[in-house]
Amino acid sequence: MSQHIKVNPIACEAHGMCAELLPERITLDEWGYPMFDDAPLHGSQVAHAIRAARACPTFALLVERDRTGKRSGRS
Amino acid sequence: MSLPLASGSLYWYLTRSTGAVALLLLTIAIVLGVVDVQRWSTPRWPRFLVDSLHRNVSLLAFVFLLLHVLTSILDSFAPISLIDAFVPFVGSYRPFWLGLGAISLDMIIAVIATSLLRQHMGYAGWRAIHWLTYASWPIALLHGLGTGSDVQFSWLLAISVLCLIAVIAAIMTRVLAGWPENLRVRGAALGGTGAFALFLVLWLPQGPLGSEWARRSGTPAKLLGHSKHASTGHGAQ
Amino acid sequence: MSTMTSSTTAVRPASEPTASGALPRLLSGVHGHGHLTVAEHLEIHGPLKAVRDGSRRHDRDRADRMIEEIERSGLLGHGGAAFPLAVKMRAVAGARGRPVVVANATEGEPASLKDRTLLEMLPHLVLDGGVVAAEALGADELIVCVCESSDAAFESAARAIEERAGASTGGGEPRIELVSVPEHYVAGQESALVSYLSGGPALPTFTPPMVFEKGVKRRPTLVNNAETLAHLALIARHGATWFRQLGTAAHPGSALVTLSGPVAHPGVYEIEHGASLSSLIEAGGGATQRVRGALFGGYAGAWIAGGQLRGVALSKEHLAPHGASLGAGVVLLLSEQACPVAETARVARWMSEQSARQCGPCLHGLDAMAQAVEEIAGGTPNTRATQRVERLASLIARRGACGHPDGAVNLILSSLEAFPEEFADHAQHGPCEGCARQPELPLPSRPIDRNARRGVQPSR
Repeated sequence: MSQHIKVNPIACEAHGMCAELLPERITLDEWGYPMFDDAPLHGSQVAHAIRAARACPTFALLVERDRTGKRSGRS
Repeated sequence: MSLPLASGSLYWYLTRSTGAVALLLLTIAIVLGVVDVQRWSTPRWPRFLVDSLHRNVSLLAFVFLLLHVLTSILDSFAPISLIDAFVPFVGSYRPFWLGLGAISLDMIIAVIATSLLRQHMGYAGWRAIHWLTYASWPIALLHGLGTGSDVQFSWLLAISVLCLIAVIAAIMTRVLAGWPENLRVRGAALGGTGAFALFLVLWLPQGPLGSEWARRSGTPAKLLGHSKHASTGHGAQ
Repeated sequence: MSTMTSSTTAVRPASEPTASGALPRLLSGVHGHGHLTVAEHLEIHGPLKAVRDGSRRHDRDRADRMIEEIERSGLLGHGGAAFPLAVKMRAVAGARGRPVVVANATEGEPASLKDRTLLEMLPHLVLDGGVVAAEALGADELIVCVCESSDAAFESAARAIEERAGASTGGGEPRIELVSVPEHYVAGQESALVSYLSGGPALPTFTPPMVFEKGVKRRPTLVNNAETLAHLALIARHGATWFRQLGTAAHPGSALVTLSGPVAHPGVYEIEHGASLSSLIEAGGGATQRVRGALFGGYAGAWIAGGQLRGVALSKEHLAPHGASLGAGVVLLLSEQACPVAETARVARWMSEQSARQCGPCLHGLDAMAQAVEEIAGGTPNTRATQRVERLASLIARRGACGHPDGAVNLILSSLEAFPEEFADHAQHGPCEGCARQPELPLPSRPIDRNARRGVQPSR
């Protein structure tokens, strides 16, 4: 079961902590909002992604299983 | 001036010291909170670091706060019970000033609890409760000045004043940064801060720094007069 | 702004529908007096066979059969996404809770008049369709949503609801409510509409949960364009086979199209899917000027340059190879004298202002794109601005909570593709003669109230 990063663009306020904590996958656009691709998280990236999701001040970053399963990082 | 040690007074000293440390840490937590919400960062101080620091210092402050409460209950000198720690104004030792501490503690517990459980509550609800931090601090300061035995010592007064300056600076930064959005709230914050500072300037000399504060603040009669010197010894202030 | 003639004059009065299912279907019986009463409506279309047999109990079998019939008909949505209605209804039927049906006639697309027209003239068709959908899903509530500036549509719908309360259109109809919705482009978006009906602002929300699971007041909600429901009203009477007698296999049935621009009689027309663009223009009295290009779908749609319009037909599969679709049934012709660059710049700016301002990439990105197109229109060196537009397009796409930024990007990119010479020309020589003319593409001129019902990203 693969896990993916997802962002709630309405909740996102461009704090940018996610890009600091998972720079391998997340970069910020010129306005400070996160960009990443759909590819699954692998290996140690999962733990970092969950940490990034917990660090997000507005719960905008989500870590989801298979895009249909349960989410972690925010219930 | 040496402070005579009576039995059980270890807890009394711990209460006073942990109280002072808690005040310091709460001050730092508020300052870091403002730095955090203002999104300040440098390459060596990234956002997640400021945010983590804020969260961790707040937790540390809470630990010292709990120690402060625990030692005050365990101390056999002043009659402070478990209830008095959480329910304001029902105690027999300086009820009003102690009660302020209970109120502040209740607020901080709400903030800490919601922050630890924020994954399970909505962002809006968490944020609303978090505003209590700005109320909890001045109440805690008044509690410290009213109940504290050390206020007349310059070191604690100096610490209190420095903390006050730090918090006022933090609030000013926060309020002025988004000016003039939400003008009414910002104006009220400025006004409230100014009024509080003014109140302290007027009240301190006649209050805790004045004569016989121990009696006037509600220390039970049987605890008064343990020492002839009103400004020394524990239990006399 | 071009003046769209009122739909009453452009909707041609029609004769009785023929048994073979030919046109007109929706527009049958339309006359110059506006609102068709329930009696007139029943006379033209006949009674609606009740899905329920008069009892209030939800008959699962009959409901399932209705949904199957809808599936056989292949009816797609007419709000822009062309999503199969049966699939949507099954999703709502499978969700937990008592469903709600919403008839979306908010019509935020400036170049579209069809939904307003339907409610003004043929409200009972829309209401019938809503009732059919509600009864098939076991819903007891139908909410009809109209844009707050469409007074005529609102009044007509209100009258129609009253008429039904009195008349015998079928026992035990669901409760019908009429709601007026704030006027801005994204207010008619599915989740925005549901948010408004649940007491919140008319702004899109983050999904999941999708509205078919948790919609109005957390209940499963079927949101359908008013025209889709009108078609449903006829399918319920005449069946799937009848419906498929018109149109193509992939895109069956008929559709309402708002034709505007340099034609003799702009307005709302009913076409068969797959009809040629030229037949539509002919029905509209023919073009009054040469056509530089045509915009399909609306301001989230795509241009086809004049030179490629020959042989274009109006259906999903015919427009897709051109990168276009019928969308909300909009066909906007642009005259040869008009300047596509200036027009695109105006629309891009308007789309940027219509952002709900909840998502950074949309709020900042659409503004930046509009600025870049405005620079090209004003005549700055080409390569930078055009490259910037293309870079921004890939930056913005799919990063908003709703499809608004994607639509704007779609439109702007298609204009670059359809009118490369005009854009290159502008970059080198600045504004052309066409720029000075009155703009042709219609845009509401109402000033935007930024404080009303907007999500606001924090200032940095």
